[in-house]
Amino acid sequence: MIRVALPWHLRNLARVDSEVMLAVHGQVTQRSVLDALEAAYPVLRGTIRDHVTAQRRPFLRFYACEEDLSHESPDTPLPEAVVKGTEPFLVIGAIAGG
Amino acid sequence: MSGVRVLVGTRKGAFTLESDGKREKWDVNGPFFGGWEIYHLKGSPADPNRLYASQTSGWFGQLMQRSNDGGKTWEPVGNKFAYDGVPGTHQWYDGTPHPWEFKRVWHVEPSLTDPDTVYAGVEDAAIFRTTDGGQNWEEMPGLRGHGSGSKWSPGAGGLGLHTIVLDPTDPKRMYIAISAAGAFRTDDGGASWKAINQGLRSQYIPDPTAEVGHCVHRIAMHKSRPSTLFMQKHWDVMRTDDAGDSWREVSGNLPTDFGFVVDVHAHEPETIYVVPIKSDSEHFPPDGKLRVYRSRCGGNEWEALGNGLPQRDCYVNVLRDAMAIDSLDSCGVYFGTTGGQVYASKDGGDTWAPIVRDLPAVLSVEVQTLK
Repeated sequence: MIRVALPWHLRNLARVDSEVMLAVHGQVTQRSVLDALEAAYPVLRGTIRDHVTAQRRPFLRFYACEEDLSHESPDTPLPEAVVKGTEPFLVIGAIAGG
Repeated sequence: MSGVRVLVGTRKGAFTLESDGKREKWDVNGPFFGGWEIYHLKGSPADPNRLYASQTSGWFGQLMQRSNDGGKTWEPVGNKFAYDGVPGTHQWYDGTPHPWEFKRVWHVEPSLTDPDTVYAGVEDAAIFRTTDGGQNWEEMPGLRGHGSGSKWSPGAGGLGLHTIVLDPTDPKRMYIAISAAGAFRTDDGGASWKAINQGLRSQYIPDPTAEVGHCVHRIAMHKSRPSTLFMQKHWDVMRTDDAGDSWREVSGNLPTDFGFVVDVHAHEPETIYVVPIKSDSEHFPPDGKLRVYRSRCGGNEWEALGNGLPQRDCYVNVLRDAMAIDSLDSCGVYFGTTGGQVYASKDGGDTWAPIVRDLPAVLSVEVQTLK
């Protein structure tokens, strides 16, 4: 199972209070993980990726295994530790600053 | 027994304020959607328990929420706002063509007769409609297809469609306003639109009387006179009596004719309200005194109403969607400020009192009169 950690607002929307566990079929990539996430929690559609362009929202970042994967191709395979479920795939909201 | 429900959208969530018909004691409910910007929420005239809210975030984009129980509980509905066909371009700040990009829903306007039908005004400016209670939204492309669409340019706050006014006597007629394009009217249910800006004069555009380019802030109508509209423009308070075909200025003796809100008394179609703001460079009331101005003759002659409002050291703003009217026998007037206060008058503006004081900055105020 793939572990996905969501920011607080998205956990509230999805009505989950901890990491989400997802079964992902085929290659595990950003796209396939987010597709599975949105299939399991339709309320999240449009909140992480733009509805029309499918691009990552600018103020969100994707981390895993202490790496920033935000600028990787959405079809690049995710690290083996994410695939095995030993590390989570992190969706992070940018710090607002101020 | 009658009652009133005030719907308040703020920078950090939504609130509902409820009172009985006396309007003396208020219960504050919320925050709903804490931490999210709630540009607007509004109830269906056909079913007052049906509410819609626009929930937005710079991080997570747009959500739409619906309540079927007067705001006690909410459920997210459809949030996909895709422009019809190839979006094309509008004019960017530097004069270059810029692709239309959906950013947020500024205003929701439920149908007067069907709780499942709602219009949504969005940035970049377009109007969408749902007929299934918010599950699916489709653009009404005739508006953006208006020949002037490629010339529309955003104001500093964005190219937002923020005002939708439905004609209660003609289901095919509606009015909208866009910053900074101007006002438009459809007479065929949204298939085609006419720019209705004749008579507006805006010194901040190259041709002050151009067909489009005017920064309209708000339009209000009394249901008994659907061809008479009142407008708070960026500068100038305007009036039309021919459904927008021609406008004339009615700023009269206002201390400043810059402002955002305008509304009409529930029972007196010639009694109107504005909140003058010092200038577009200083978004606060003149002299630190928060005053509503009322005209009982449809404009030009205005009286200041400050009884119960702060009359010193007040530097809040009142944004375009943040005034509303109830329809009880003694008409109630409500407005919210960027300082988080919601003020109410239960005597048509003669006296005021805060009904809540310390909310996040108020973006919108709507009122439901409950029978």
